[in-house]
Amino acid sequence: MHKIMSICIKEWKDYFFSPMAYIIISIFLLISGWFFFSTFFLINQASLRDFFDLLPFVFSFIIPAITMKVFAEEFNLGSYEILITFPIRHIHIILGKFLAQLLFIILLLMPTLSYPIFVSFLGDLDLGPVVGGYIGAIFLGAAFSAIGLFASSLTKSQINSFIIATIICLFFTLINRMLFFLPEKLITIFNYLSSSYHFQNFAKGVIDSRDIIYFFSLTFLFIYLTFLSLASRQ
Amino acid sequence: MENSQIMKTIIDVKELTKYYGNFLAIDKISFKISSGEIVGLLGPNGAGKTTTLRLLTGYLTPTSGTIKINNFRYPEQAPQIKELIGYLPESVPLYKNMLVYEYLEYVGNIRGFEKARLNSRIKELGKQCQINHIMGKEIGELSKGLTQRVGIASVLLHNPEILILDEPTSGLDPNQILEIRDLIKEIGKHKTVILSSHILSEVEATCDRIIIINKGKIVADDSTERLTSLYKGKILISVGLKNANFDELKLRLSNIEEIEKIELVSSNKGQELYVDLYLNKDVREKIYENIKNTEWILIEFSKKKTSLEEIFKEITQEN
Repeated sequence: MHKIMSICIKEWKDYFFSPMAYIIISIFLLISGWFFFSTFFLINQASLRDFFDLLPFVFSFIIPAITMKVFAEEFNLGSYEILITFPIRHIHIILGKFLAQLLFIILLLMPTLSYPIFVSFLGDLDLGPVVGGYIGAIFLGAAFSAIGLFASSLTKSQINSFIIATIICLFFTLINRMLFFLPEKLITIFNYLSSSYHFQNFAKGVIDSRDIIYFFSLTFLFIYLTFLSLASRQ
Repeated sequence: MENSQIMKTIIDVKELTKYYGNFLAIDKISFKISSGEIVGLLGPNGAGKTTTLRLLTGYLTPTSGTIKINNFRYPEQAPQIKELIGYLPESVPLYKNMLVYEYLEYVGNIRGFEKARLNSRIKELGKQCQINHIMGKEIGELSKGLTQRVGIASVLLHNPEILILDEPTSGLDPNQILEIRDLIKEIGKHKTVILSSHILSEVEATCDRIIIINKGKIVADDSTERLTSLYKGKILISVGLKNANFDELKLRLSNIEEIEKIELVSSNKGQELYVDLYLNKDVREKIYENIKNTEWILIEFSKKKTSLEEIFKEITQEN
């Protein structure tokens, strides 16, 4: 456990000693805030639906930007070679880094708590969807972080890592928006694959075990793929 | 190594082979290293030195062959082996944005040190590696020599029995090279050290034993003393003749057993001929006897020193 924590603390420190973290947090708040409030008064409803509708799409870009350096930088610098000679297993390295990402995403979401507080002053805000939405956001963030870690473990180049992760995240986000092209039988399958579909269930305030299982499986799958990718480097 | 029977074997490598795709990087190499030796792995760039070291540290997995370190084997006993080894890659890849003590703390935490023990260990190493005055500096701001010291301190933290350094003096200035050499010798008093280099004088200065590796194979493996004396016994004579021809000269000298090799240096249409003769004994008189009856005019007849550098060149190019 101390091994996982050491890696996690190191990653966490890395974020805040470089301007990257601040830039990413600012961009995230700017985009999500602008899209939310630009239509908020037009719709004239005291809900965070628009914010949560957009979140999978915004996360598809923001999370790969956070995770792109995680392994790519270590490979590029060569520090991965030292890391491997520590008495530490691949899984410790992966979990340490994953934990740091997840904590960062929770931090990223903190300032947006001001939206529901603000909205609750304007009208009667239903708390269920808000709480569900935030829980869902953490699940979604975990899954996308795992995808980001996997992409970063494939390459030395941070740009490549970013592009690969974004493509995978967008695939899971947008797959249910293309359903009208498909025969009816496939729709259920594609809907089930879609991360935005499952996330929207959370954002409706429904916490269903099927959605939890979906995000757990997606996270686990990509953490496992990261493990395979690291193991194959040797 | 007369007393190698008494000293225990700490590293035992058998028939180690490593392919990168179709490229054969290491070709069935075997060697043993006893506890306490300072061994230099020598070879031209691309010979397979780094690959060998990476295999020893477990960073790479061999295609075939076995590595035993203190009788532990990869991959099952990798955790035990990792406690025994401290490894610093050539580029000294430390996190540049960390402070020196912060980096040492990070390494200590991963290795599971308690706070008090870690602090005392960092103090000890700060003194031994002479980095106490830069503990609060950012690693990225340090000179190459100081970064190397911090790197060495970080891999010594867990007090490993074996220290593996890949090209520890590459990119350093002459003063820094001397300092790092002294540090390595100091460490080598209590530990087994394996270092790689493509510079002969480097390993000659620090190592008890030299393993020369070329194109993935071991071409020489002996104590530094023996290797040096073996080749210092060799004599190189440079001969210049006018009006002579190479084939006839070869014929005339063919009865002298002490000549190991005759090498043509230059000739211009029978006018002037320059050759190098490699002898295992100084037989200049015999050579002179053999050519004095000819019409040839002797324009050069001199003894050259053979350095280890030349021997190294010879061994690695022949292969």
